[in-house]
Amino acid sequence: MSNGILVLCEHEGGQFKKTAYELLAKAGSLAQSLGCSVSGATPRASATAPQKPYSASRNARRHGRRASTASIPLPMCARGQALVAAASRPWWSWPQPGPYANGVLPRLAARLNLGLGTECTELSVDGGSVVGRRPIYAGKAFAAVKISSSPAIFTVRPNSFPVPGAGAGSAEVVSVAVALEGSDSLARVTAREKSSSAVADLTGGRPHRLRRPLGQEQGQLRLLDPAPAAAISWRSAPSVDTGFCQPWVGQTGKVVNPSLYIAMGISGAIQHLAGMRTSRVIVAVNTDAEAPIFQHATYGIVADMFEVGPALKAEFEKALA
Amino acid sequence: MKIGVCLKQVPASDSRIKINADGSGVDLSDVKWEINPYDEFALEAGLRLLDSKAASAVIVYSVGGADADQRIKDALARGASDAVRIDDAALAGADSLGIARALAAAAKADGCDVILAGKQAIDTDNAQVPAMIAETLGWAQVLVVDQLELSDTGFKAWRDAGSGSRDIVEGALPVVISTDKGLNEPRYASLRGIMQAKRKSYPVKSLADLGLSADQAGGAGAKVKLAGFSLPPARPAGRILQGDAASTAAELVRLLRDEAKVL
Repeated sequence: MSNGILVLCEHEGGQFKKTAYELLAKAGSLAQSLGCSVSGATPRASATAPQKPYSASRNARRHGRRASTASIPLPMCARGQALVAAASRPWWSWPQPGPYANGVLPRLAARLNLGLGTECTELSVDGGSVVGRRPIYAGKAFAAVKISSSPAIFTVRPNSFPVPGAGAGSAEVVSVAVALEGSDSLARVTAREKSSSAVADLTGGRPHRLRRPLGQEQGQLRLLDPAPAAAISWRSAPSVDTGFCQPWVGQTGKVVNPSLYIAMGISGAIQHLAGMRTSRVIVAVNTDAEAPIFQHATYGIVADMFEVGPALKAEFEKALA
Repeated sequence: MKIGVCLKQVPASDSRIKINADGSGVDLSDVKWEINPYDEFALEAGLRLLDSKAASAVIVYSVGGADADQRIKDALARGASDAVRIDDAALAGADSLGIARALAAAAKADGCDVILAGKQAIDTDNAQVPAMIAETLGWAQVLVVDQLELSDTGFKAWRDAGSGSRDIVEGALPVVISTDKGLNEPRYASLRGIMQAKRKSYPVKSLADLGLSADQAGGAGAKVKLAGFSLPPARPAGRILQGDAASTAAELVRLLRDEAKVL
């Protein structure tokens, strides 16, 4: 049976995102078990070829776009269809999640009657096909995802797979043109604005207040991927009962899957744990030695976050300098 | 505008999840049910448009058995105009696409021109249904919206674009919007609303009523199946660092760099 794996590689600023390499590496190892090939595809004309070519036959396909409209589901769906159609055999597609992929892929699945497994943290080969494993109930349980359509589409949570060093393979780059009609766009991105990102003030005296209205994102959890230029932004989310801010991680906040998660002054109530459950390393700082979070943390410090916070910030700045 | 709101009944967000003996699924016997929290933001958005008379009706759509009636009544008590429950034995084992097709058919049958839904359900966490509804109907979509302006002339929606920025997306109706936390503050039902909802009745539709076959929307046609349920692996016991602020901070960073290798 001729199958292949197609990895949709998103890029930003001329560089492929780290998750593209994660997926290509994983696809490579699974392709070896399956005895098939791996292709990477990028949905925009301006993409540069991947910086780290991997071994095994890997073709990069670049998709031209006639009109540079904002990426809205229908044009990208058309591209996605071209992507699937351009392959002469059924492909397993493994795009990474992101605001565009998450909008396009379900539509692609609906349009082509395919199965889509989202937010997988593991992928493996079972009986000649790819099977995913993913968190459900906000990470309180896991389940295997089996998809019976061909192709099958999986999206993978970032930081699920390691990124190996550059391989020695070479990639053939193929351009696939897609004709888009104006009517393909039902919605347009008319503007992009900075979301105000406030950082909790840890260096000042107490009590610290967040400078933004409640309910909005409290700054970025950026320090956590091994990106050399990572700014250290603290996302400090005291527990709800202190009244400082609403927790934004947890059941109705963002799902967090960083390599490192630092929980300052967080008790570890169930709702909060839900959001950070799959982080590789968890550090907890809390004055209460009995706080449930310490049972889930890799490293814990029983102390006042206002004392430890500034010291940690200084240490991180030194370490990442 | 006629607004359809998709509503899913889910185990309460603080539920302790148990797996049944053979790992074939989650043991739901002791679970307390609630309206999917993200759907509450969608419902509230619809209700506000109803309050301001920008919308002529807010109809709640829910796929579920009779036990979902309580959640639907809650939505009616908060002010929804009407509801449709979709129930069919063939829906057992349906995947996101099947559910989306059923909801889309129901909303279309009632002439909705806007569909609001939570960005994902907190049990399955798939985040696929809203986009699949939009594709099934051929409508525009904006997902994970935290600010919204909606009228007969069109929509303007704000969504997170990653890297610290937000997109503003605009277009004409009809549209599917999936809602994120922060869009609004959902209301509670008033006592009067609760009493009125008690007397309200609404249709329960089968797949056949919606013009769908088991292959199109039911478990028989499902492409995605979940199996092999398990609890998350237990983390090994952590380590508490001792010392004052400066020394524990230094020790932690050293461990993160040398032992955990995350720096």
